[in-house]
Amino acid sequence: MSTRIDRRFAATRAQGRAALVTFVMAGDPDAATSLAIVKALPKAGADLIEIGMPFTDPMADGPAIQAAGLRALGAGQTLKKTLAMVRDFRAGDADTPIILMGYYNPIYVYGVERFLADATEAGVDGLIVVDLPPEEDAELCEPALKAGLNFIRLATPTTDDARLPKVLRNTSGFVYYVSVTGITGSAIPDYSKVSGAVARIKKHTDLPIAVGFGVKNAETAEIIARGADGVVVGSALVEAVRTSLDADGKATAKTVDAVVALVSDIAAGVRRATKSAA
Amino acid sequence: MSVQTPNSFRTGPDETGHFGIFGGRFVAETLMPLILELEKAYGEAKADPEFHRQMGDYLAHYVGRPSPLYFAERLTEHCGGAKIYLKRDELNHTGAHKVNNVLGQILLAMRMGKKRIIAETGAGQHGVATATLCARFGLKCIVYMGAVDVERQKPNVFRMKMLGAEVVPVQSGARTLKDAMNEALRDWVTNVEDTFYCIGTAAGPHPYPGMVRDFQCVIGRETREQMMEREGRLPDSLVACIGGGSNAIGLFHPFLDDRDVEIYGVEAAGHGISTGEHAASLAGGKPGVLHGNRTYLLMDDDGQITEGHSISAGLDYPGIGPEHSWLHDTGRVKYISATDKEALHAFQLLSQLEGIIPALEPSHAVAKVLELAPQKPKDHLMVVNLCGRGDKDIFTVAEHLGGL
Repeated sequence: MSTRIDRRFAATRAQGRAALVTFVMAGDPDAATSLAIVKALPKAGADLIEIGMPFTDPMADGPAIQAAGLRALGAGQTLKKTLAMVRDFRAGDADTPIILMGYYNPIYVYGVERFLADATEAGVDGLIVVDLPPEEDAELCEPALKAGLNFIRLATPTTDDARLPKVLRNTSGFVYYVSVTGITGSAIPDYSKVSGAVARIKKHTDLPIAVGFGVKNAETAEIIARGADGVVVGSALVEAVRTSLDADGKATAKTVDAVVALVSDIAAGVRRATKSAA
Repeated sequence: MSVQTPNSFRTGPDETGHFGIFGGRFVAETLMPLILELEKAYGEAKADPEFHRQMGDYLAHYVGRPSPLYFAERLTEHCGGAKIYLKRDELNHTGAHKVNNVLGQILLAMRMGKKRIIAETGAGQHGVATATLCARFGLKCIVYMGAVDVERQKPNVFRMKMLGAEVVPVQSGARTLKDAMNEALRDWVTNVEDTFYCIGTAAGPHPYPGMVRDFQCVIGRETREQMMEREGRLPDSLVACIGGGSNAIGLFHPFLDDRDVEIYGVEAAGHGISTGEHAASLAGGKPGVLHGNRTYLLMDDDGQITEGHSISAGLDYPGIGPEHSWLHDTGRVKYISATDKEALHAFQLLSQLEGIIPALEPSHAVAKVLELAPQKPKDHLMVVNLCGRGDKDIFTVAEHLGGL
């Protein structure tokens, strides 16, 4: 069964380029601004959109995404509102894949069955749940796959060849390769190692490989795009939101534009890395 | 919720790290290989007599075990019921039960060739114990501590620094214990090659809950032997305080299959369960997933973790070890709670009746002994785990009592 995510990666591959995957935090700095940002992303050059589900204790995220989550929660964001936001977006865009990314507890408390029903109905295409390794697949991954959603897994430099098959077994949509061991927004990856790592994972799967962690601007995006099927940018966008806010942490007239400008710039970098269609 | 009563309460966790529905391995992929490596290394150490010989040696000569089982005569007279014994784990080197677990984990870290030790701490007792053993074995030690706790627990911060540890004040989130644990996990995700994460309580991803429990079970094993020696039989009841619950599980576990032994875990009720300002995950929380395991947690309707409150920084955590969640649901252990006020009263009473200044954490357990003991006959043997000494708390207590 082909999903929006499969179709989008097929399309960018046909164009001979990597896909740009953009991450923004739902409800940051407030629900209305965040919806406006998400709606503006496809035109700015985003091929896929990851929407962060804020959580009080994001143990794999760095300061930028932690702060974005707390801003969203402070503005009253909930999982229910995040799903409503996807529904609003989907009403005006039938093609851009939406991936919800976050931690398991809010989903568990919402109820797995109810969440999957509501997410599918809202137009969500895939899930990335950071604290659900393959060892816990019965929790959400297996029911999500049954519900027709893609379950995207993170592979890291610590995921060796012996473990990769286990990680990839129930992965669908794409593989998210985390290019450094560390939290989001932290270290600069050794770019020379990224394409080698992608090649290593490709030996185990036909799924597209998107690479994240350490993409900050057009230049870094271009380097990554040369060696991967997708480029993920997150912390840099979330920082663009933060630096646009006023002294009270409220959105300004510049907020949406700041994110759009950065995404446009990064999208241009990704497109510069055009390669011959494989 | 109906939970089947198992034939034995002492077989957990299962091979996937679960106690019933609780426990598990809810961590980022980067950490999964490390956790599997730790599970393997601990399995090997557990089967190695040399590891146990080393543990026994340091427990006897460095920690000062066995800790006494002391008959609290005046407390018993005061209560007018059960015969009350104190398990004196506050007499351990570093002043609390924490060192039992840290010793085990540090010896394991050295077997694994890890040279850099990280830990989280709330009140600072686990941090001090970790800094102590890192000093003893020449390992680098980094302790994450919420910035709020750094302010509240200055003497322990100074102790850790004296012992050569680096104390990192955590500014993220609510800047208390749970955030310190988040930050330690972030460090571990970043420094996967050389770092060992020494978790301070019987919680976190498998294999930590079972491993920390095993290291703390020395408390319960000694209690069994000592009580047999003193009274010729097992105790009738056990009482211990619970934050994450490592001192409690250490005392309880060797007795879980002795069905006649009543077991009471005491959570921190803060200003009272009904006020919402408490740290009683079982009484006031519900099952959720945090810090690598499924367990009872304090949270809002959206699944966002809320802050615990307790006068005792060591109980001020919005979760509880997963084995306690299971023992709660199966009904084997009865979980009750004591308020700040009750703990303060018990703190003063034990100091004045027995000349023992308890930490605020076990003061919660003593507070419930004051209620339970009078209801029992005079031949009822009750053991309360005095898991820490109160030196660190005298300023907090003085503040609450309006100065000395």
